[in-house]
Amino acid sequence: MNTTVSPPVEAVVPPGARPAPRKARRRTRAPYALLVPAVLVILLGMGYPVYWQIITSMQEYGLAQQFGQPPTFVGLDNYARLFTSTELWAVVVKSVVFCLVNAGLTLVLGTLFALLMKAASRTPRLILQVAMLLAWAMPMVAAVTVFKWLFNYRSGVVNWFLVQLGFEQFQGYEWLGQMVTFFLVATLIIVWMSVPFVALSVYAALTQVSDEVMEAAALDGASGWSSFWHIVVPMIRPVLAIVLLLQIIWDLRVFAQIRLLQDGGAPVSETNLLGNYIYELGVGRQDFGSAAAVAIFVLLLTILLSWPYVRSLLKEDEA
Amino acid sequence: MSAATTTTGATPVRHGAPRASAPRTRRPFRAGKIGAGVLAIAVAVVWIFPVYWMVNTSLLPRTQVQSRTPTFFSADGGFFNYARVLDGDSFLNALRMSAVVTLSTVLFVLVFAFLAALAISRFRFRGRKSFIIAMLFIQMLPAEGLFIAQYRMLSSANLLNSAIGLTVLYTAAVVPFTVWMLRGFVAGVPAELEEAGMVDGLSRTGAFVRITFPLLAPGLVAAGVYAFLQAWNEFTIALVALPSNQAQTLPLWLRGFLNSSVSQGVNWGEVMAASTLIAVPVIIFFLFVQGRMTGGLVSGAVKG
Repeated sequence: MNTTVSPPVEAVVPPGARPAPRKARRRTRAPYALLVPAVLVILLGMGYPVYWQIITSMQEYGLAQQFGQPPTFVGLDNYARLFTSTELWAVVVKSVVFCLVNAGLTLVLGTLFALLMKAASRTPRLILQVAMLLAWAMPMVAAVTVFKWLFNYRSGVVNWFLVQLGFEQFQGYEWLGQMVTFFLVATLIIVWMSVPFVALSVYAALTQVSDEVMEAAALDGASGWSSFWHIVVPMIRPVLAIVLLLQIIWDLRVFAQIRLLQDGGAPVSETNLLGNYIYELGVGRQDFGSAAAVAIFVLLLTILLSWPYVRSLLKEDEA
Repeated sequence: MSAATTTTGATPVRHGAPRASAPRTRRPFRAGKIGAGVLAIAVAVVWIFPVYWMVNTSLLPRTQVQSRTPTFFSADGGFFNYARVLDGDSFLNALRMSAVVTLSTVLFVLVFAFLAALAISRFRFRGRKSFIIAMLFIQMLPAEGLFIAQYRMLSSANLLNSAIGLTVLYTAAVVPFTVWMLRGFVAGVPAELEEAGMVDGLSRTGAFVRITFPLLAPGLVAAGVYAFLQAWNEFTIALVALPSNQAQTLPLWLRGFLNSSVSQGVNWGEVMAASTLIAVPVIIFFLFVQGRMTGGLVSGAVKG
C-alpha cells in the first residue's frame, strides 16, 4: 500500500513537453477545489460543534438559557469551578485508571496471543486467528448485550460456572450492581473486544522478525525468555508503542459500553467515566457550560495523546 | 500466565532452526509446538465462547434459556426467536433507518474522501501538509468530546431524529480516516499510466475514468466497507441525535429491545436473536476488510 507512494509525486511535475500554462493552473487551483466537499462537511459536523463548545464553555449556559435568557460570559469560571471540584477529579482518576488497566491488559494479552500464533503450527494458528476476527467483528452494542447475558444474575452462564466450581456465593450474584464488579465486567468486555487488534498487529510484526536472527541467538545460547526480551521486543517496539497508544486513546472513550452496562440499574454516579460525566452534565443536568468545558478538556487530552501516533503516520506519508 | 510466557517465548527459537536446515515435512513435532497449539486452541475457545453463546441462546426456547442449568447445545433448537423479533414493525423500521443513514454516509464519504485523496496524492500545494495533519488529528477526536454540542446544533437546526442530521455527523466523522486510507490507493496507481493513455489520444478526464478509476476499485471498496462498519455500528452519536423511539438505528433499537422487556422478565433468547441479526452482516463485511484495517492503522509503525 505504501511502497509506491513516491512515483506519482514526481509524475505531477510536468515534463517539458506538456503545455505549461494549463498544467500550472491545475497545480494551483485544482487541489483546493477537490478538498472543498470534505472540508465543508467536517467544518459543519465537527468544526462548528467545537467552536460552539469553546464559546459555551466560557458562558453560564444552563436551564435558564434554555428558556430564552441570553447566556452570560463568565470567562474561565466553568473550568475553575470544575477543576477545583472533587466530583470531576474522581471521574478523571477513575477514567485514567480504568483506561491504563484496560490498555495494559490488552497489550499484554494481545502480545502473548501473537507469540502463541507464531509458536503454534498452522491449524491451531488459523483457529486462533478466526476466533480473534470473530470477536473483533462483533458490533459493540451486540457484544455488550451478550456479556450482560453471560453475567446475568439469574440464568447467566458465568454464575452457573462459578457455582459449579464450588463458589456458592455466586448463586444469583449481581455483577453490575456495584462499582468494583461493574468495572470488572466492563474491563472483560473491552479487553475481549480490543485484544484481537493487538494480537493480529503484533503477529504481523513478529512475522517480520527473521528466523535467522532467532537461530543465531539460540546458537549463542540465549534462552527463550532472554531472546524474546532482548531481540524480539526491540524489533517490534514501534508496533507495540503505537498499539499501546491507540488502546490508551480508545479506552478513554468508553462512553457507550459504560452507558449500556448502566442500563441494568447500576449506581450511575459511581460508575460514570469522563464521557458519561459529560453526558450527565449536558443531557441530564442541562448544564451546557460545564459539559462544554469538560468536553474541551477531553478533546485537548486526546490531541495531546494522539501526537506521537500522528507523527508516525506522517512519517509514512513522507516515505 | 507466566507458564504461557515461557512456552511461547521459547518456541520461535526452537522451531526457527529446523526450518532453515530440513524440509518442512521431515521436521519432527516438538513438545513446545504441540503445547503452543493446545494453548492456542484453548484461547480460541474462550474467545469465541461469547459469540457461540449468543447464537446458541438465540436458538433455544424460553424454558431452556431461563433454566438454572444452561443448555450448551440443543439439537431441537429453532428459529422461533428470530420470527418473534422480526414480527412487528420496530425491527424493520430500525433496519430502514440504519440502511438509509449507512448508505448515504457511505456514498458521501466515498465521493468526498476520494476527491480529497486525489488532491493530496496527486498534487503538491500550499497547505497540503497542514490538511493531512488536521485529518489525522480529527479522526482521533472522540464522539464523547463533541456530542453535546452536536446535539445542541441539531436541535437548533430542527434536525433531531432525522436521517439527514445523523448522516452529516457520520460523514464528518468518517471522512478524515477514509481520506488517509484512499490516499495510499490513489498514490499506488502511477500517473504514468494515465499519461500513457493520454499519449494514445484519451483526454485527461477520459484517461482518468478509463484507466485510473478501475485500478482504484479495490481501494474504494475497502473504504466503503470501512464507512459502512462505522455508521452501522455507531451508538454514541446516534444516542444524542435520535432521542425519539420512533427514529432509531439498529444499535439503539437493540438497546431499547432489551430495556423495554426488563419489567416483564427478559426473554434472552429473543434478545440474543436480535443481537445475532445485527452482528451477522457486520461479521461478513468485517472479514472482507480486516486485512486492510490492520495494515492501515499500524503500517507507519511497521515501516519505522
